[in-house]
Amino acid sequence: MSRTVRALIVSLVFAFAASALAQTTLSFWSWRTEDVAAYEKFIAAFHADNPDIDVTFTPYLNTEYNTILSTALQGGGGPDIVHLRAYGGMESLAQAGLLVRLDGQVAALEGFDPGVLLGATNRADGGVYGVPFALQTVQVLYNVDMFERLGLEEPTTWAELLAVGDALKASGVYAFANGTKDGWTNETLFGAVGPTFYGGTPFFQEITAGETDFTDPRFAAALERMVALRPYLADNYTGVGYTDMQTLFAFEQAGMFAAGSYELGNMAQLNPDLRIGSFAVPADDAATPSAISFYVDGSYGINANSPHQEAALRFIEFLASQEFGQMFTDELQQISAVPGTQPTSEALAGMVEMMNEQGTPYLMLTAFRFGQPSGSTLLQNEMQAVMAGDKTVADAVTNIQRGVAEWFEGFQ
Amino acid sequence: MRDVRSWWGKHGHLVLFLTPALVIYGMFMAYPLISSLTYSVYEWDGYLRRGFNGLDNFVTVLTRWPYNERFWGAISHNALFFVLTFAIQTTLGLFVAVLLARKWRGFAFFQAAYFLPHTLSLVVVGFLWRMLLNPTWGAVGQGLRRVGLGDWVQPWLGQSDTALVTIILVNAWAWLGFPILVYLAAVQAIPREFHEAAVVDGASPWQDFRHVTLPLLLPTIAMVTILTFIWDFNAFELVFVMQGASGSPSYATDLLATFFYRTAFGDPTTGGEPGQIGIAAAIGVLMLIIIGFVSAFGVRFTQRSQTEY
Repeated sequence: MSRTVRALIVSLVFAFAASALAQTTLSFWSWRTEDVAAYEKFIAAFHADNPDIDVTFTPYLNTEYNTILSTALQGGGGPDIVHLRAYGGMESLAQAGLLVRLDGQVAALEGFDPGVLLGATNRADGGVYGVPFALQTVQVLYNVDMFERLGLEEPTTWAELLAVGDALKASGVYAFANGTKDGWTNETLFGAVGPTFYGGTPFFQEITAGETDFTDPRFAAALERMVALRPYLADNYTGVGYTDMQTLFAFEQAGMFAAGSYELGNMAQLNPDLRIGSFAVPADDAATPSAISFYVDGSYGINANSPHQEAALRFIEFLASQEFGQMFTDELQQISAVPGTQPTSEALAGMVEMMNEQGTPYLMLTAFRFGQPSGSTLLQNEMQAVMAGDKTVADAVTNIQRGVAEWFEGFQ
Repeated sequence: MRDVRSWWGKHGHLVLFLTPALVIYGMFMAYPLISSLTYSVYEWDGYLRRGFNGLDNFVTVLTRWPYNERFWGAISHNALFFVLTFAIQTTLGLFVAVLLARKWRGFAFFQAAYFLPHTLSLVVVGFLWRMLLNPTWGAVGQGLRRVGLGDWVQPWLGQSDTALVTIILVNAWAWLGFPILVYLAAVQAIPREFHEAAVVDGASPWQDFRHVTLPLLLPTIAMVTILTFIWDFNAFELVFVMQGASGSPSYATDLLATFFYRTAFGDPTTGGEPGQIGIAAAIGVLMLIIIGFVSAFGVRFTQRSQTEY
């Protein structure tokens, strides 16, 4: 028997014994039914380096996931690894002591942007309870070929934006694909238009600290800009719903679309030939900085009742690694929350650059969804009425302030 | 002991036959109903029940903004839903039924045609009409543009002053087959002699309808009206499919049932708002009280005006 063969047998026996002794299978629950194939790949990559740990990925129906998860966790069961929603969606689980606090345990979290970590932070103790996975940005998307054909460029002032809109309308398409029939799309439109005019992060910090409130003139000014875009939306925009908006933009009946970064994947399916660029809504003059909204989509956490804490922590460390972040963004065409990942898609890379330079937390989603009525519900319904001409911005401001003040300590 | 045995011998088969149905009814109707009644007097933390809190949930729904504004808004929308549907079915529906009763040529075809929409699921109806009424490429708008009435095209479902009426009309389109069918049966049940006697006395067709057909139809109309009331105060699917759980635009189409659904399970479109089971259960109980009270009153009224030929 040659030495190599002997070494091989010995190592095989050792490997077998090791795996037989310490083989752990982690369960991993999620709502991403559409990403099963991608997660299988991620898990295979992890398993290659950690042969003693296997992970089973089980996605549940998106709309039922929250209920299934919270019921299981509260009953002392549930998976080892938990796919968590962000902000208000995860905080109740952390507050109930159902999740493992990760800051201080997962070294890679220290490299994450503090604004990003907010999406997985329990405000009560300031602890981080998840590794954020994806970020979404909200800005204006535009049809690159259409802009080139009409000789248009990304606007650098508000007046230029309106001029681009006029030129698009003159060419026979809608300037913006946006409509207001589905309430939540009003919040998206505000997320693209608003931050530049309320002044981005400084305003965000003041209002979340309770130093100002929604009656601040900056907030009303931002809402007014949204209203000023009414002539540039799709015809009969009060009757144009979300899928109509997607179709109008994908099939080149509109040149611009105030929307989230997640639309890149949708557009690639509807019309793979569409070349998409993005920009932040500019201020009145080019010197004033413009801003876009971004938010954390969710995070990965560990069940406090899991019997496999050590193995779960190793998997979570993998999910916080650069290697995983790069795989995530390549595989799913989304912005990874792991710092330093480079999207291969040009459109996505543009959004990441904007986010790093001009990003501000998506106002209502990140800060005012912790109680009821939530800032999102209020903004969506009030602005739907304002956009339809049924209410004034002043009425909307009054109601938004009144609603949030019902539960937000900063306003009480 | 002998008593029990003879009782079992006489009635045992009844017990055997009734038990399965009673168990199923108890498990799936009575138990959920009673437990949801009790939900309304507890405080809830997400889906976890906390302490007993008396009538707090009801006070919240009826007096605390924005719940009270949503609640009274929803009631007024349900009321309009019922009043308009009632007006359409007792004019247009009754008219069609009386016409069909004359058994003109094509009777069977029209009878089937009027009833057909009623056989469709409301989810299908809602989806269909949402596409037809789409202001961008819907068939209704295209048709109007084709005949030069492009100015008439409106975002019917997106305007707060037209959305609810549009949905009520779509509902009438789907619902009308039922009252027509019932009225037709009632009109046909009126003995011929009554009409003949009226004609011999020189009654015009209108007088015949007004003084013979209509009075004899009143009990049927009252019964259909009660059913319509129950149906319209429970209406949910059409608004949910066409406008979403938030009763878009800005609550203009919000009904008691959509308000209940949104409060209980959170509005999926606003993203991750937790449900408020206690307050939702209170809304459900209030719906039950309104519907139960009005229906009981209606049924008593109908029984008093019952006619036998």
